[in-house]
Amino acid sequence: MTPASVVAPAEDPKRLADFEARIARGETIEPKDWMPERYRRQLIRMMSQHAHSEVVGMLPEGNWITRAPSLRRKMSLMAKVQDEAGHGLYIYCGTETLGVDRHDLILQLLAGTAKYSSIFNYPTISWADMGAIGWLVDGAAIVNQTMLAKASYGPYARAMVRICKEENFHKRQGFEIMTVLSGGTPEQHAMAQDSLNRWWWPSLMMFGPHDADSPNSGELSRWGIKRKSNDELRQRFVNMTVAQAKAINLTIPDEGMRFNEATANWEFSAINWDDFWRVVKGDGPCNRERLAARRKAHDDGAWVREAAAAHAAKQTESTEAAA
Amino acid sequence: MSEPFFEYLLRLGDDRLVLGHRLSEWCGHGPTLEEDIALTNIALDLVGEANLVLQRAGQIEGAGRDQDALAYLRTDREYRNALMVELPKGDFGYSIVRQFLFSTYAMHQWEALSACADTDLAGIAAKALKQSRYHVRHSAEWLVRLGGGTDESHGRAEDALNDLWRYTGELFATDAVEQALVKQKLAVDSSSLEAVWRRDVADVVARATLTLPPDGYMQRGGRAGGHTEHLGLMLAEMQVLPRTYPGAKW
Repeated sequence: MTPASVVAPAEDPKRLADFEARIARGETIEPKDWMPERYRRQLIRMMSQHAHSEVVGMLPEGNWITRAPSLRRKMSLMAKVQDEAGHGLYIYCGTETLGVDRHDLILQLLAGTAKYSSIFNYPTISWADMGAIGWLVDGAAIVNQTMLAKASYGPYARAMVRICKEENFHKRQGFEIMTVLSGGTPEQHAMAQDSLNRWWWPSLMMFGPHDADSPNSGELSRWGIKRKSNDELRQRFVNMTVAQAKAINLTIPDEGMRFNEATANWEFSAINWDDFWRVVKGDGPCNRERLAARRKAHDDGAWVREAAAAHAAKQTESTEAAA
Repeated sequence: MSEPFFEYLLRLGDDRLVLGHRLSEWCGHGPTLEEDIALTNIALDLVGEANLVLQRAGQIEGAGRDQDALAYLRTDREYRNALMVELPKGDFGYSIVRQFLFSTYAMHQWEALSACADTDLAGIAAKALKQSRYHVRHSAEWLVRLGGGTDESHGRAEDALNDLWRYTGELFATDAVEQALVKQKLAVDSSSLEAVWRRDVADVVARATLTLPPDGYMQRGGRAGGHTEHLGLMLAEMQVLPRTYPGAKW
Protein backbone atom coordinates (compact mmCIF):
# COMPACT_ATOMS: atom_id res chain seq x y z
CA MET A 1 0.00 0.00 0.00
CA THR A 2 1.31 3.43 -0.88
CA PRO A 3 0.50 6.34 1.43
CA ALA A 4 -1.58 9.01 -0.31
CA SER A 5 1.00 11.69 0.53
CA VAL A 6 3.61 10.12 -1.72
CA VAL A 7 1.48 9.32 -4.77
CA ALA A 8 2.97 11.28 -7.67
CA PRO A 9 2.68 11.58 -11.44
CA ALA A 10 4.81 9.39 -13.71
CA GLU A 11 8.26 10.79 -14.48
CA ASP A 12 10.11 11.26 -17.77
CA PRO A 13 11.83 7.84 -18.12
CA LYS A 14 15.12 9.37 -19.39
CA ARG A 15 15.49 11.74 -16.46
CA LEU A 16 14.51 9.01 -14.05
CA ALA A 17 17.12 6.67 -15.51
CA ASP A 18 19.81 9.37 -15.23
CA PHE A 19 18.79 10.04 -11.65
CA GLU A 20 18.92 6.38 -10.72
CA ALA A 21 22.31 6.07 -12.39
CA ARG A 22 23.60 8.90 -10.22
CA ILE A 23 22.33 7.11 -7.10
CA ALA A 24 23.93 3.88 -8.31
CA ARG A 25 27.26 5.71 -8.68
CA GLY A 26 26.94 6.81 -5.06
CA GLU A 27 26.49 10.50 -5.88
CA THR A 28 24.78 12.80 -3.43
CA ILE A 29 21.57 14.54 -4.49
CA GLU A 30 21.44 18.22 -3.56
CA PRO A 31 18.37 20.52 -3.22
CA LYS A 32 18.73 22.14 -6.65
CA ASP A 33 19.24 18.86 -8.52
CA TRP A 34 16.42 17.29 -10.46
CA MET A 35 14.72 14.51 -8.52
CA PRO A 36 11.63 12.37 -9.09
CA GLU A 37 8.58 13.74 -7.38
CA ARG A 38 8.18 10.52 -5.40
CA TYR A 39 11.76 10.74 -4.15
CA ARG A 40 11.03 14.26 -2.96
CA ARG A 41 7.78 13.21 -1.28
CA GLN A 42 9.29 10.15 0.38
CA LEU A 43 12.04 12.36 1.79
CA ILE A 44 9.58 14.94 3.03
CA ARG A 45 7.63 12.16 4.70
CA MET A 46 10.69 10.60 6.33
CA MET A 47 12.43 13.81 7.31
CA SER A 48 9.32 15.46 8.72
CA GLN A 49 8.46 12.30 10.68
CA HIS A 50 11.98 12.39 12.01
CA ALA A 51 11.71 16.06 12.99
CA HIS A 52 8.31 15.48 14.62
CA SER A 53 9.80 12.56 16.56
CA GLU A 54 12.52 14.80 17.96
CA VAL A 55 9.96 17.37 19.07
CA VAL A 56 7.43 14.93 20.52
CA GLY A 57 10.38 13.06 22.05
CA MET A 58 11.08 16.10 24.21
CA LEU A 59 7.93 15.35 26.21
CA PRO A 60 8.59 11.98 27.88
CA GLU A 61 12.02 13.13 29.05
CA GLY A 62 10.92 16.67 29.80
CA ASN A 63 8.54 14.97 32.24
CA TRP A 64 11.50 14.27 34.58
CA ILE A 65 13.42 17.55 34.40
CA THR A 66 11.64 18.89 37.48
CA ARG A 67 12.31 15.63 39.36
CA ALA A 68 15.89 14.86 38.34
CA PRO A 69 17.57 13.58 41.51
CA SER A 70 20.73 15.73 41.50
CA LEU A 71 21.76 19.07 40.06
CA ARG A 72 24.16 17.36 37.66
CA ARG A 73 21.39 15.06 36.40
CA LYS A 74 19.01 17.99 36.12
CA MET A 75 21.47 19.92 33.95
CA SER A 76 22.33 17.01 31.70
CA LEU A 77 18.66 16.14 31.18
CA MET A 78 17.83 19.74 30.28
CA ALA A 79 20.74 19.83 27.88
CA LYS A 80 19.61 16.57 26.31
CA VAL A 81 16.02 17.69 25.77
CA GLN A 82 17.36 20.95 24.40
CA ASP A 83 19.52 18.98 21.94
CA GLU A 84 16.38 17.21 20.76
CA ALA A 85 14.71 20.55 20.10
CA GLY A 86 17.82 21.53 18.15
CA HIS A 87 17.67 18.31 16.11
CA GLY A 88 14.01 18.94 15.36
CA LEU A 89 14.77 22.45 14.19
CA TYR A 90 17.72 21.29 12.11
CA ILE A 91 15.73 18.54 10.36
CA TYR A 92 12.73 20.84 9.77
CA CYS A 93 15.16 23.25 8.07
CA GLY A 94 16.53 20.34 6.04
CA THR A 95 13.00 19.43 4.99
CA GLU A 96 12.40 22.99 3.85
CA THR A 97 15.13 22.49 1.19
CA LEU A 98 12.59 20.18 -0.48
CA GLY A 99 10.14 23.04 -0.93
CA VAL A 100 7.83 22.63 2.05
CA ASP A 101 7.16 25.04 4.87
CA ARG A 102 7.95 24.09 8.46
CA HIS A 103 4.71 25.67 9.62
CA ASP A 104 2.65 23.37 7.36
CA LEU A 105 4.51 20.32 8.63
CA ILE A 106 3.82 21.30 12.23
CA LEU A 107 0.14 21.76 11.42
CA GLN A 108 0.10 18.20 10.02
CA LEU A 109 1.58 16.92 13.27
CA LEU A 110 -0.98 18.81 15.34
CA ALA A 111 -3.83 17.63 13.13
CA GLY A 112 -2.72 14.05 13.76
CA THR A 113 -2.12 13.36 10.06
CA ALA A 114 1.68 13.11 10.30
CA LYS A 115 3.41 10.27 12.09
CA TYR A 116 6.21 10.37 14.63
CA SER A 117 8.12 7.56 16.29
CA SER A 118 5.72 5.44 18.33
CA ILE A 119 8.28 4.94 21.05
CA PHE A 120 7.32 8.33 22.49
CA ASN A 121 3.78 7.14 23.10
CA TYR A 122 4.96 5.11 26.09
CA PRO A 123 4.95 6.72 29.53
CA THR A 124 8.05 7.64 31.55
CA ILE A 125 7.04 6.49 35.01
CA SER A 126 10.38 6.27 36.78
CA TRP A 127 13.73 8.01 36.83
CA ALA A 128 15.30 4.86 35.35
CA ASP A 129 13.34 5.59 32.17
CA MET A 130 15.75 8.50 31.59
CA GLY A 131 18.50 5.90 31.54
CA ALA A 132 16.61 3.38 29.42
CA ILE A 133 15.60 5.98 26.84
CA GLY A 134 19.16 7.19 26.43
CA TRP A 135 20.61 3.71 26.31
CA LEU A 136 17.97 1.87 24.25
CA VAL A 137 15.93 4.47 22.38
CA ASP A 138 18.84 6.71 21.46
CA GLY A 139 20.92 3.58 20.94
CA ALA A 140 18.39 2.25 18.43
CA ALA A 141 18.13 5.69 16.81
CA ILE A 142 21.90 5.76 16.34
CA VAL A 143 21.89 2.41 14.53
CA ASN A 144 19.20 3.76 12.22
CA GLN A 145 20.76 7.20 11.77
CA THR A 146 24.26 5.89 11.14
CA MET A 147 22.71 4.23 8.12
CA LEU A 148 20.82 7.40 7.18
CA ALA A 149 24.06 9.39 7.35
CA LYS A 150 24.89 7.65 4.09
CA ALA A 151 21.52 8.53 2.56
CA SER A 152 21.53 9.83 -1.02
CA TYR A 153 20.01 13.21 -0.13
CA GLY A 154 22.83 15.52 0.99
CA PRO A 155 21.04 17.74 3.51
CA TYR A 156 19.54 14.73 5.30
CA ALA A 157 22.80 12.79 5.33
CA ARG A 158 24.71 15.79 6.72
CA ALA A 159 22.08 16.40 9.39
CA MET A 160 22.40 12.76 10.45
CA VAL A 161 26.18 12.98 10.79
CA ARG A 162 25.87 15.88 13.16
CA ILE A 163 22.91 14.47 15.07
CA CYS A 164 24.57 11.07 15.52
CA LYS A 165 27.45 12.69 17.37
CA GLU A 166 25.08 14.16 19.93
CA GLU A 167 23.00 10.99 20.12
CA ASN A 168 26.13 9.01 20.95
CA PHE A 169 26.70 11.32 23.86
CA HIS A 170 23.07 10.86 24.98
CA LYS A 171 23.40 7.12 24.73
CA ARG A 172 26.50 7.09 26.94
CA GLN A 173 24.71 9.34 29.41
CA GLY A 174 21.68 7.01 29.50
CA PHE A 175 23.85 3.95 29.91
CA GLU A 176 25.67 5.65 32.76
CA ILE A 177 22.35 6.40 34.52
CA MET A 178 21.43 2.70 34.18
CA THR A 179 24.87 1.62 35.41
CA VAL A 180 24.58 3.73 38.55
CA LEU A 181 21.03 2.53 39.26
CA SER A 182 21.80 -1.11 38.62
CA GLY A 183 24.76 -0.95 41.01
CA GLY A 184 22.86 1.12 43.58
CA THR A 185 20.44 0.09 46.32
CA PRO A 186 18.13 -2.93 45.74
CA GLU A 187 15.27 -0.50 45.03
CA GLN A 188 17.37 1.32 42.43
CA HIS A 189 18.39 -1.96 40.79
CA ALA A 190 14.73 -3.00 40.62
CA MET A 191 13.88 0.40 39.11
CA ALA A 192 16.47 -0.14 36.37
CA GLN A 193 15.32 -3.70 35.62
CA ASP A 194 11.66 -2.63 35.51
CA SER A 195 12.55 0.11 33.09
CA LEU A 196 14.49 -2.27 30.81
CA ASN A 197 11.50 -4.64 30.92
CA ARG A 198 9.16 -1.91 29.74
CA TRP A 199 11.39 -0.34 27.08
CA TRP A 200 13.01 -3.42 25.54
CA TRP A 201 10.27 -4.52 23.15
CA PRO A 202 9.16 -1.03 22.11
CA SER A 203 12.85 -0.31 21.31
CA LEU A 204 13.01 -3.32 18.99
CA MET A 205 9.82 -2.09 17.33
CA MET A 206 11.51 1.24 16.59
CA PHE A 207 13.17 -0.33 13.54
CA GLY A 208 9.75 -0.78 11.99
CA PRO A 209 7.91 -3.82 10.67
CA HIS A 210 9.57 -6.90 9.20
CA ASP A 211 11.03 -6.20 5.77
CA ALA A 212 8.19 -8.13 4.14
CA ASP A 213 5.60 -5.87 5.82
CA SER A 214 7.35 -2.53 5.33
CA PRO A 215 5.38 -0.60 2.67
CA ASN A 216 8.00 2.01 1.80
CA SER A 217 11.18 -0.02 2.07
CA GLY A 218 11.63 -1.17 -1.55
CA GLU A 219 11.64 2.25 -3.13
CA LEU A 220 13.60 3.84 -0.30
CA SER A 221 16.33 1.30 -0.71
CA ARG A 222 16.43 1.59 -4.52
CA TRP A 223 16.92 5.35 -4.20
CA GLY A 224 19.62 5.04 -1.61
CA ILE A 225 17.62 6.64 1.17
CA LYS A 226 17.62 3.46 3.26
CA ARG A 227 20.73 1.36 2.85
CA LYS A 228 19.91 -1.44 5.29
CA SER A 229 16.66 -3.25 5.98
CA ASN A 230 14.64 -2.91 9.17
CA ASP A 231 15.45 -6.48 10.20
CA GLU A 232 19.19 -6.09 9.57
CA LEU A 233 19.33 -2.94 11.70
CA ARG A 234 17.24 -4.50 14.45
CA GLN A 235 19.59 -7.49 14.62
CA ARG A 236 22.62 -5.22 14.78
CA PHE A 237 21.05 -3.36 17.71
CA VAL A 238 20.19 -6.56 19.59
CA ASN A 239 23.69 -7.95 19.14
CA MET A 240 25.19 -4.78 20.59
CA THR A 241 22.79 -4.44 23.48
CA VAL A 242 22.88 -7.97 24.90
CA ALA A 243 26.49 -7.59 26.01
CA GLN A 244 25.82 -4.13 27.42
CA ALA A 245 22.93 -5.40 29.57
CA LYS A 246 25.10 -8.21 30.87
CA ALA A 247 27.90 -5.77 31.73
CA ILE A 248 25.62 -3.83 34.05
CA ASN A 249 23.93 -6.88 35.54
CA LEU A 250 20.49 -6.41 33.97
CA THR A 251 18.43 -9.10 32.28
CA ILE A 252 16.86 -8.66 28.86
CA PRO A 253 13.20 -9.64 29.23
CA ASP A 254 13.23 -12.41 26.63
CA GLU A 255 13.57 -15.94 27.95
CA GLY A 256 13.70 -17.29 24.43
CA MET A 257 16.82 -15.36 23.47
CA ARG A 258 19.59 -17.64 22.14
CA PHE A 259 23.01 -17.09 20.63
CA ASN A 260 23.35 -18.67 17.21
CA GLU A 261 27.00 -19.72 16.81
CA ALA A 262 26.71 -20.12 13.06
CA THR A 263 25.40 -16.61 12.35
CA ALA A 264 26.90 -14.97 15.47
CA ASN A 265 23.51 -13.38 16.07
CA TRP A 266 21.48 -13.19 19.26
CA GLU A 267 18.16 -14.60 18.12
CA PHE A 268 15.16 -13.15 19.91
CA SER A 269 11.54 -14.15 20.38
CA ALA A 270 8.71 -13.01 18.12
CA ILE A 271 7.79 -9.34 18.41
CA ASN A 272 4.18 -8.59 19.28
CA TRP A 273 3.26 -6.69 16.12
CA ASP A 274 -0.36 -6.32 17.17
CA ASP A 275 0.91 -4.14 19.98
CA PHE A 276 3.09 -2.17 17.55
CA TRP A 277 0.22 -1.45 15.14
CA ARG A 278 -2.13 -0.61 17.99
CA VAL A 279 0.25 2.10 19.21
CA VAL A 280 0.99 3.34 15.66
CA LYS A 281 -2.73 3.66 15.03
CA GLY A 282 -3.28 5.86 18.05
CA ASP A 283 -4.14 3.58 20.96
CA GLY A 284 -0.80 3.61 22.76
CA PRO A 285 -0.73 4.67 26.41
CA CYS A 286 0.22 8.28 25.66
CA ASN A 287 -0.69 9.08 22.04
CA ARG A 288 -3.46 11.44 23.09
CA GLU A 289 -1.41 13.07 25.84
CA ARG A 290 1.57 13.74 23.57
CA LEU A 291 -0.49 15.38 20.86
CA ALA A 292 -2.54 17.27 23.42
CA ALA A 293 0.67 18.65 24.96
CA ARG A 294 1.99 19.76 21.54
CA ARG A 295 -1.35 21.38 20.67
CA LYS A 296 -1.50 23.16 23.99
CA ALA A 297 2.01 24.55 23.55
CA HIS A 298 1.10 25.66 20.03
CA ASP A 299 -2.20 27.26 21.08
CA ASP A 300 -0.75 28.89 24.20
CA GLY A 301 2.08 30.29 22.10
CA ALA A 302 -0.17 31.71 19.37
CA TRP A 303 -0.39 35.18 20.93
CA VAL A 304 3.39 35.25 21.36
CA ARG A 305 4.05 34.40 17.71
CA GLU A 306 1.44 36.95 16.62
CA ALA A 307 3.09 39.59 18.80
CA ALA A 308 6.52 38.84 17.35
CA ALA A 309 5.16 39.04 13.80
CA ALA A 310 3.25 42.28 14.51
CA HIS A 311 6.29 43.87 16.11
CA ALA A 312 8.55 42.83 13.23
CA ALA A 313 6.06 44.28 10.73
CA LYS A 314 5.97 47.59 12.62
CA GLN A 315 9.77 47.71 12.65
CA THR A 316 9.90 47.14 8.90
CA GLU A 317 7.30 49.89 8.35
CA SER A 318 9.18 52.41 10.45
CA THR A 319 12.50 51.55 8.75
CA GLU A 320 10.88 52.02 5.34
CA ALA A 321 9.25 55.28 6.45
CA ALA A 322 12.64 56.58 7.59
CA ALA A 323 14.36 55.58 4.34
CA MET B 1 22.16 32.09 63.25
CA SER B 2 24.45 30.27 60.82
CA GLU B 3 27.60 31.78 59.43
CA PRO B 4 26.69 34.97 57.51
CA PHE B 5 28.66 34.13 54.37
CA PHE B 6 26.99 30.70 54.19
CA GLU B 7 23.64 32.40 54.58
CA TYR B 8 24.51 34.89 51.85
CA LEU B 9 25.58 32.14 49.44
CA LEU B 10 22.29 30.35 50.05
CA ARG B 11 20.44 33.49 48.99
CA LEU B 12 22.44 33.72 45.78
CA GLY B 13 22.22 30.00 45.03
CA ASP B 14 18.56 29.56 45.91
CA ASP B 15 17.45 32.50 43.75
CA ARG B 16 19.06 30.82 40.75
CA LEU B 17 18.06 27.26 41.52
CA VAL B 18 14.40 28.13 42.06
CA LEU B 19 14.16 30.39 39.01
CA GLY B 20 16.07 27.88 36.87
CA HIS B 21 13.65 25.20 37.97
CA ARG B 22 10.62 27.35 37.15
CA LEU B 23 12.07 28.20 33.76
CA SER B 24 12.83 24.54 33.02
CA GLU B 25 9.09 23.89 33.26
CA TRP B 26 8.88 25.51 29.80
CA CYS B 27 11.10 22.86 28.25
CA GLY B 28 9.04 21.15 25.54
CA HIS B 29 6.20 23.66 25.90
CA GLY B 30 7.58 26.92 24.53
CA PRO B 31 5.77 29.11 21.96
CA THR B 32 8.30 28.24 19.23
CA LEU B 33 11.07 25.68 18.97
CA GLU B 34 13.68 28.46 18.93
CA GLU B 35 12.29 29.96 22.12
CA ASP B 36 12.02 26.56 23.77
CA ILE B 37 15.77 26.22 23.21
CA ALA B 38 16.49 29.75 24.44
CA LEU B 39 14.47 29.40 27.66
CA THR B 40 16.07 26.05 28.42
CA ASN B 41 19.46 27.64 27.82
CA ILE B 42 18.76 30.28 30.43
CA ALA B 43 17.41 27.63 32.83
CA LEU B 44 20.60 25.64 32.34
CA ASP B 45 22.77 28.68 33.04
CA LEU B 46 20.85 29.43 36.23
CA VAL B 47 20.96 25.87 37.57
CA GLY B 48 24.65 25.76 36.66
CA GLU B 49 25.27 28.95 38.64
CA ALA B 50 23.28 27.52 41.57
CA ASN B 51 25.33 24.34 41.43
CA LEU B 52 28.58 26.30 41.84
CA VAL B 53 27.27 28.72 44.45
CA LEU B 54 25.72 25.97 46.60
CA GLN B 55 28.89 23.93 46.32
CA ARG B 56 30.79 26.93 47.71
CA ALA B 57 28.12 27.31 50.42
CA GLY B 58 28.68 23.70 51.45
CA GLN B 59 32.44 24.31 51.69
CA ILE B 60 31.94 27.43 53.80
CA GLU B 61 29.49 25.66 56.09
CA GLY B 62 31.98 22.81 56.59
CA ALA B 63 29.34 20.36 57.78
CA GLY B 64 29.79 17.85 54.98
CA ARG B 65 26.82 19.02 52.92
CA ASP B 66 27.42 19.28 49.17
CA GLN B 67 25.31 21.20 46.67
CA ASP B 68 22.87 18.32 46.27
CA ALA B 69 22.34 17.96 50.01
CA LEU B 70 21.62 21.68 50.13
CA ALA B 71 19.30 21.63 47.13
CA TYR B 72 17.44 18.42 47.85
CA LEU B 73 17.38 18.07 51.61
CA ARG B 74 16.38 21.50 52.89
CA THR B 75 12.75 22.38 53.58
CA ASP B 76 11.09 25.48 52.16
CA ARG B 77 11.65 27.18 55.54
CA GLU B 78 15.40 26.74 55.00
CA TYR B 79 15.34 28.13 51.47
CA ARG B 80 16.56 31.71 51.18
CA ASN B 81 15.40 32.81 47.71
CA ALA B 82 13.43 35.96 47.07
CA LEU B 83 9.70 35.35 46.66
CA MET B 84 9.62 36.54 43.05
CA VAL B 85 11.50 33.55 41.66
CA GLU B 86 9.30 30.87 43.24
CA LEU B 87 5.99 32.08 41.77
CA PRO B 88 4.51 29.70 39.17
CA LYS B 89 5.76 30.32 35.64
CA GLY B 90 2.51 31.88 34.42
CA ASP B 91 2.15 32.64 30.72
CA PHE B 92 5.09 33.43 28.48
CA GLY B 93 4.71 37.16 29.17
CA TYR B 94 4.88 36.57 32.90
CA SER B 95 7.98 34.41 32.61
CA ILE B 96 9.66 36.98 30.38
CA VAL B 97 8.85 39.96 32.61
CA ARG B 98 10.11 38.09 35.67
CA GLN B 99 13.26 37.02 33.84
CA PHE B 100 13.94 40.57 32.78
CA LEU B 101 13.38 42.03 36.26
CA PHE B 102 15.49 39.33 37.92
CA SER B 103 18.28 39.13 35.36
CA THR B 104 18.77 42.89 35.38
CA TYR B 105 19.21 42.67 39.15
CA ALA B 106 21.44 39.60 38.86
CA MET B 107 23.64 41.24 36.23
CA HIS B 108 24.46 44.19 38.48
CA GLN B 109 24.86 41.89 41.46
CA TRP B 110 27.36 39.66 39.62
CA GLU B 111 29.22 42.68 38.33
CA ALA B 112 29.77 43.90 41.87
CA LEU B 113 30.58 40.40 43.14
CA SER B 114 33.26 39.83 40.53
CA ALA B 115 35.42 41.95 42.88
CA CYS B 116 34.43 39.82 45.88
CA ALA B 117 37.12 39.04 48.48
CA ASP B 118 36.22 35.35 48.23
CA THR B 119 38.06 34.40 45.06
CA ASP B 120 35.80 31.38 44.45
CA LEU B 121 32.69 33.52 44.43
CA ALA B 122 34.48 36.20 42.41
CA GLY B 123 35.30 33.58 39.78
CA ILE B 124 31.71 32.33 39.65
CA ALA B 125 30.50 35.94 39.39
CA ALA B 126 32.79 36.77 36.48
CA LYS B 127 31.46 33.82 34.49
CA ALA B 128 27.85 34.34 35.50
CA LEU B 129 28.03 38.05 34.61
CA LYS B 130 28.52 37.18 30.95
CA GLN B 131 25.58 34.79 31.05
CA SER B 132 23.31 37.24 32.82
CA ARG B 133 24.06 39.93 30.21
CA TYR B 134 22.68 37.57 27.62
CA HIS B 135 19.65 36.79 29.82
CA VAL B 136 18.93 40.51 30.12
CA ARG B 137 19.30 41.05 26.40
CA HIS B 138 17.07 38.11 25.50
CA SER B 139 14.29 38.98 27.95
CA ALA B 140 14.46 42.71 27.17
CA GLU B 141 14.12 42.04 23.44
CA TRP B 142 11.05 39.93 24.11
CA LEU B 143 9.59 42.53 26.44
CA VAL B 144 9.92 45.15 23.70
CA ARG B 145 8.33 42.76 21.18
CA LEU B 146 5.43 41.92 23.49
CA GLY B 147 4.86 45.52 24.52
CA GLY B 148 4.95 46.73 20.93
CA GLY B 149 3.31 43.67 19.35
CA THR B 150 -0.47 43.26 19.51
CA ASP B 151 -3.04 44.68 21.94
CA GLU B 152 -3.19 41.27 23.57
CA SER B 153 0.56 40.93 24.07
CA HIS B 154 0.79 44.51 25.30
CA GLY B 155 -1.96 43.82 27.84
CA ARG B 156 -0.42 40.58 29.01
CA ALA B 157 3.00 42.17 29.47
CA GLU B 158 1.50 45.08 31.37
CA ASP B 159 -0.47 42.70 33.63
CA ALA B 160 2.66 40.67 34.37
CA LEU B 161 4.61 43.82 35.21
CA ASN B 162 1.84 44.98 37.55
CA ASP B 163 1.60 41.56 39.24
CA LEU B 164 5.32 41.15 39.73
CA TRP B 165 6.18 44.67 40.81
CA ARG B 166 5.30 44.08 44.48
CA TYR B 167 8.01 41.39 44.63
CA THR B 168 10.81 43.64 43.39
CA GLY B 169 11.39 45.48 46.68
CA GLU B 170 12.72 42.34 48.36
CA LEU B 171 15.61 42.15 45.89
CA PHE B 172 17.04 45.41 47.24
CA ALA B 173 16.40 44.92 50.95
CA THR B 174 19.57 44.69 52.98
CA ASP B 175 19.99 43.37 56.51
CA ALA B 176 22.57 42.66 59.24
CA VAL B 177 23.80 39.47 57.52
CA GLU B 178 24.61 41.36 54.37
CA GLN B 179 25.97 44.48 56.05
CA ALA B 180 28.47 42.47 58.09
CA LEU B 181 29.77 40.93 54.85
CA VAL B 182 29.82 44.18 52.88
CA LYS B 183 32.47 45.50 55.26
CA GLN B 184 34.62 42.45 54.52
CA LYS B 185 34.03 42.84 50.76
CA LEU B 186 32.29 39.44 50.71
CA ALA B 187 28.87 40.75 49.67
CA VAL B 188 27.35 43.60 47.72
CA ASP B 189 24.94 45.93 49.50
CA SER B 190 21.66 45.03 47.76
CA SER B 191 20.22 48.50 48.31
CA SER B 192 23.08 49.95 46.26
CA LEU B 193 21.83 48.06 43.17
CA GLU B 194 18.40 49.61 43.11
CA ALA B 195 19.19 52.85 41.29
CA VAL B 196 20.97 51.21 38.34
CA TRP B 197 18.33 48.49 38.17
CA ARG B 198 15.58 51.10 38.09
CA ARG B 199 17.35 53.04 35.33
CA ASP B 200 17.72 49.91 33.16
CA VAL B 201 14.19 48.70 33.81
CA ALA B 202 12.67 52.10 33.11
CA ASP B 203 14.56 52.32 29.84
CA VAL B 204 13.34 48.95 28.52
CA VAL B 205 9.80 49.42 29.84
CA ALA B 206 9.65 52.73 27.95
CA ARG B 207 10.94 51.09 24.76
CA ALA B 208 8.27 48.43 25.23
CA THR B 209 5.66 51.24 25.42
CA LEU B 210 4.62 49.90 28.83
CA THR B 211 4.04 51.83 32.05
CA LEU B 212 6.07 51.34 35.22
CA PRO B 213 3.73 50.41 38.06
CA PRO B 214 3.57 52.68 41.12
CA ASP B 215 5.61 51.49 44.13
CA GLY B 216 3.01 50.09 46.51
CA TYR B 217 3.52 47.69 49.38
CA MET B 218 6.42 45.33 48.75
CA GLN B 219 6.06 41.64 49.68
CA ARG B 220 9.04 40.03 51.37
CA GLY B 221 10.06 37.17 53.62
CA GLY B 222 11.99 34.75 51.40
CA ARG B 223 15.43 35.75 52.69
CA ALA B 224 14.34 34.63 56.17
CA GLY B 225 12.59 31.45 55.01
CA GLY B 226 9.03 32.83 54.91
CA HIS B 227 7.75 31.78 51.50
CA THR B 228 4.59 31.76 49.40
CA GLU B 229 2.42 28.66 49.15
CA HIS B 230 4.14 27.76 45.90
CA LEU B 231 7.66 26.89 47.06
CA GLY B 232 6.65 23.90 49.21
CA LEU B 233 4.88 22.32 46.25
CA MET B 234 7.78 23.03 43.94
CA LEU B 235 10.25 21.43 46.35
CA ALA B 236 7.98 18.43 46.95
CA GLU B 237 8.27 17.68 43.26
CA MET B 238 11.93 18.57 42.92
CA GLN B 239 13.07 16.60 45.98
CA VAL B 240 10.90 13.51 45.56
CA LEU B 241 13.65 11.02 44.67
CA PRO B 242 16.30 11.89 47.26
CA ARG B 243 13.55 12.11 49.92
CA THR B 244 12.00 8.77 48.94
CA TYR B 245 15.29 6.89 48.80
CA PRO B 246 17.45 8.32 51.61
CA GLY B 247 21.16 7.79 51.09
CA ALA B 248 20.85 6.54 47.50
CA LYS B 249 23.35 7.87 44.95
CA TRP B 250 22.11 8.87 41.51
